[in-house]
Amino acid sequence: MEQAMSVTALNLYIRDLLDSQPFLSHVCVRGELSNYKIYPSGHHYFTLKDSESSLKCVMFKSSAMKLRFRPESGMSVTVWGRVSVYPRDGAYQLYCTQILPEGTGDLQVAFEQLKAKLDAEGLFDPAHKKALPRFPGRIAIITSSAGAAVHDMIRILGKRWPMTKLILLPVRVQGQEAPAEIAGAIRYANEFEVADLIITGRGGGSIEDLWAFNDERVARAIYASRLPVISAVGHEPDVTISDYVADRRASTPSNAAEIAVPDCREIMDLLVGYKLRASGGMRKKMDALRQQLEAYAARRVMTAPAAAIDLRRMELDHLRERLASAQEQKNSRCRQRFVSLTASLEAMSPLRVLTRGYTIASNEQGRCIRSAAQLQKGDRFRLRLYDGDADCLVEEVERNKKWL
Amino acid sequence: MAVKKNAISFEDALSRLDEIVRHLEKGDLPLNDSLSLYEEGTGLINACSKMLDDAEQKVVKLKKGPDRSPVECEFEDDNGNDS
Repeated sequence: MEQAMSVTALNLYIRDLLDSQPFLSHVCVRGELSNYKIYPSGHHYFTLKDSESSLKCVMFKSSAMKLRFRPESGMSVTVWGRVSVYPRDGAYQLYCTQILPEGTGDLQVAFEQLKAKLDAEGLFDPAHKKALPRFPGRIAIITSSAGAAVHDMIRILGKRWPMTKLILLPVRVQGQEAPAEIAGAIRYANEFEVADLIITGRGGGSIEDLWAFNDERVARAIYASRLPVISAVGHEPDVTISDYVADRRASTPSNAAEIAVPDCREIMDLLVGYKLRASGGMRKKMDALRQQLEAYAARRVMTAPAAAIDLRRMELDHLRERLASAQEQKNSRCRQRFVSLTASLEAMSPLRVLTRGYTIASNEQGRCIRSAAQLQKGDRFRLRLYDGDADCLVEEVERNKKWL
Repeated sequence: MAVKKNAISFEDALSRLDEIVRHLEKGDLPLNDSLSLYEEGTGLINACSKMLDDAEQKVVKLKKGPDRSPVECEFEDDNGNDS
């Protein structure tokens, strides 16, 4: 009877067998990621599969931390590692040290992933982008103090617009420390408001060299900046996350200098233009006034002032005539009224009755005698006729009873 | 009235100039006002030209002081000795 062995012993035996195979200690496998899980321990567990079979894989935290992109189920990848047995389960698996996306590089994938994430968060929103000042008094340049980029920018800024003061905030632009330094400098420039505008970037290089400007920390610092930011990374075709977040993207550091300030020659031309326009406007104004003046001078009142006086005199005569005729009209109206009033008065006068044959008798006191009773034989009275008076003597008084 | 150097920002000077030139071109102001505007405009143009002519680029390097506040230092052309 053969001696039975333990399960553990067998699993360990198989593990040792596999571990002793040089081929299995370093394999490179292509497949699709599935059931990708990251455990709280930091280890990554997943299955690599193709159309026919699958392979259990694990990537320990120490290796997973070095991944530059986030592996996701469904991705086609190439995986490096060694094959060994997990004795507890009696299962062999691939212990991965590196995963790279198929086709494009891992950085490319990381770039696309971060871009999609920040885009979804609205960090590239055009509405958030700030306008650049037209004449920045101070520009903060956040880049390496060595290298061509900073010198190109200083030279071009100085040539175009020497009035702007340049504030350099030297940072490392590549390597592990670079993203934190760049983001820190952007925050610092804002905190102490050291400038009106920030340019951050670096000269050209490989995608790895430019990687700091694809870092999420840098992107968030640019987004949070109250000072407008121009991103100036690499050469024309290089586009980084910073370019997307910045208020303005420059294709190169030199281009950033051209964007940041106006060209003083253009401004000089503008000033000359203003000068010409101001003088032109002034000349036009003077010409117009002179013309107006000449027009006034040509008027008859200026050329023949006596004519104006004659005209006035004629007007005066005319007025005087009108006044006289008005006065005359008024007088004649008064006269007419006087005549008509006199006529009415006359018509009403008692003396007028006398012309019809009536007389008025009055006693010696001049009182009117109305009744025969006022008279006695021998009284004297006076009769008034329409054209004279007659003194009379009463011969007889005869009272007419019928009238009483 | 003399325009003091740097008393007005370049941007303000330009926008004021733009305004002045517009008025002068329209020609709708009395002669006295036009003349004083013209004078002001000429003064601004001269001041701006002088600012441009006299400008000398200033470059400083910023360092954190002991209390974190920025301290300006001379920018030495350190081509290569820094990372």
